[in-house]
Amino acid sequence: MTDDAIVIEDLRKNFKDVKVLEGIDLKVERGTVLALLGPNGAGKTTTIRILSTLLQPDDGRAYINGHDVVKDPDAVRASIGLTGQYAAVDELLTGRENLEMMGRLYHLSKADSRTRAEEMLAEFELTDAANRAVKTYSGGMKRRLDVAASLIAAPPILFLDEPTTGLDPRSRLKVWDIVQQLVDAGATIFLTTQYLDEADKLADRIAVLDHGRIIAEGTADELKEKVGKDRLEVTVTKESDFDAALRAVEGAAAQSDPEERRVSVAMEGGVHEVKELLDRLERAGVKIEGLALHKPTLDDVFLHLTGHEAMENDQVTKK
Amino acid sequence: MSRSKFAIGSVKPEQRSKLYWMFSDSGVLIKRSLSHIVKNRDQVLGLTIQPIMFMLLFRYVFGGAINTGSVSYVNFLVAGILIQSAAFGALTTSLSVATDLQKGLIDRIKSLPIVGWGLLMGHVVGDLARNLIQSLVMIGIGLLVGFRPSASPYEWLLIAGIVLLFTFAISWIAAIMGLVARSVESVQWMGFFLVFPLTFASAAFAPTQTMAKWLRVFAENQPVTHVIEAVRALMIGTPIGNHAWLAAVWCIGIIAVAMPFATHLFRKYGGR
Ligand SMILES: Nc1ncnc2c1ncn2[C@@H]1O[C@H](COP(=O)(O)OP(=O)(O)OP(=O)(O)O)[C@@H](O)[C@H]1O
Ligand SMILES: [Mg+2]
Repeated sequence: MTDDAIVIEDLRKNFKDVKVLEGIDLKVERGTVLALLGPNGAGKTTTIRILSTLLQPDDGRAYINGHDVVKDPDAVRASIGLTGQYAAVDELLTGRENLEMMGRLYHLSKADSRTRAEEMLAEFELTDAANRAVKTYSGGMKRRLDVAASLIAAPPILFLDEPTTGLDPRSRLKVWDIVQQLVDAGATIFLTTQYLDEADKLADRIAVLDHGRIIAEGTADELKEKVGKDRLEVTVTKESDFDAALRAVEGAAAQSDPEERRVSVAMEGGVHEVKELLDRLERAGVKIEGLALHKPTLDDVFLHLTGHEAMENDQVTKK
Repeated sequence: MSRSKFAIGSVKPEQRSKLYWMFSDSGVLIKRSLSHIVKNRDQVLGLTIQPIMFMLLFRYVFGGAINTGSVSYVNFLVAGILIQSAAFGALTTSLSVATDLQKGLIDRIKSLPIVGWGLLMGHVVGDLARNLIQSLVMIGIGLLVGFRPSASPYEWLLIAGIVLLFTFAISWIAAIMGLVARSVESVQWMGFFLVFPLTFASAAFAPTQTMAKWLRVFAENQPVTHVIEAVRALMIGTPIGNHAWLAAVWCIGIIAVAMPFATHLFRKYGGR
């Protein structure tokens, strides 16, 4: 039997007439990371709000650490840490005061709250700014403090709603590193993200939410397989050679892009395949300028499944 | 298991009774609101200056035209100004709550294993402290411009009790407004529309006898007037009548309804 830290069964939520969640089923095994992907408005934040007891579902059940989110919210709250989509810290207090306050509210002792606050400040590289009011922090610093606040009590289950949106690459790596450490330490993490490389890197399993339903779920590799195989892309030097190149690779499930003078062919995987393709092009007298092996990315998966471009959504999200 | 700082259970919550945590949680959040007062001195200054201006305005500009019988106008005025500033001051609770909502802090607090009214109680008690400071400043200024109270130390204690009870009650109403309004901008209007009629259509600045009949019925029976008349009676020895106990009943009644209602709103609807 698997030990699931999070179990979601047929979860439904409407806001007035708008159906936001139309029956979600998900399980997250203890000690793993689940990334919930989906275009804007898919219902990711709504899902996290229900799981963290901020919002009542209309129907369905959810269990966190074995506790029902509706019937036993206090037990759920004692097991979780939450980092919402937007930084939620007290702007008038200093960074240290914020963390110590959170420690106390998670019912750590005064001494523990103080040491933990210190550790988190150091871990998130905020020690230098610890005694400054948070309203003087940059967006990225606020975000780091926000993530730190949800980790102060080392809860077994963490909800992170777009934890790295707005962070610079260095801070993002920092958060990734910490998520990895948390998982190594046995935590279960439920995160949403707009960055597919983030999901690829961190998540054990990925679920794609669209129009209130889970339309795909699996490991990153499983999802990528759904989209297709690796492709070899060839860019020809002269535009006049393009038709000849296309004829030469005919039958090999080719795709073409005349504007970029590019032809791409699905690969089964062997080196001999590459050689044979190049031979055929040479025999046809086609000169080539570039050669690239293209593996399907989660972007392809996302596009294929939802019909939206992930990055395009990302721009809309920025406040 | 690794010795990482993030190891689960590397820190453990203290095991204490529910009651202990109720006090501890609200204590932590009260401390937060009190430190807001210290960090937000400008706001406190602004909140104190306004009633001082009102006091000077009524004392020196309008006061001469208002007939308060055998009582000097400045003696009459101080109780009214004190209660009015408590009422307007309580609106900072609305502002604080709306700000917490907008900043998403309420979401975070709601995800914690703490009492539902903890955060609101923090703001309400912060209000009491702010109002206490303001009231002392106002009484001091009052003394400078001719206010001559006759209250005994015991009566001053009663006055403090009534003013704080009133502030506490109206702060809980303000908390509800903050949760309902959701935005800092609309909360200001909402508060104005509630507090303005209650404090001006009262015995704060003029005796009710000269008001139009319909207004007089309202003014003489609404809670703010009872509170003002009770404080005034204790301060300068005007007849207290039923005002003191009616004021207490009103305030306790308001608290009994507003506090659970605010907590309910906080749990159910507080959030973006
Ligand atoms: N309180 C609310 N009242 C009415 N509609 C709401 C409310 N909260 C969310 N919605 C609607 O529910 C839908 C899902 O919102 P949600 O915030 O869960 O999306 P999301 O997947 O987190 O999107 P994003 O990527 O932009 O964060 C949206 O259409 C949103 O407008
Ligand atoms: Mg969201």
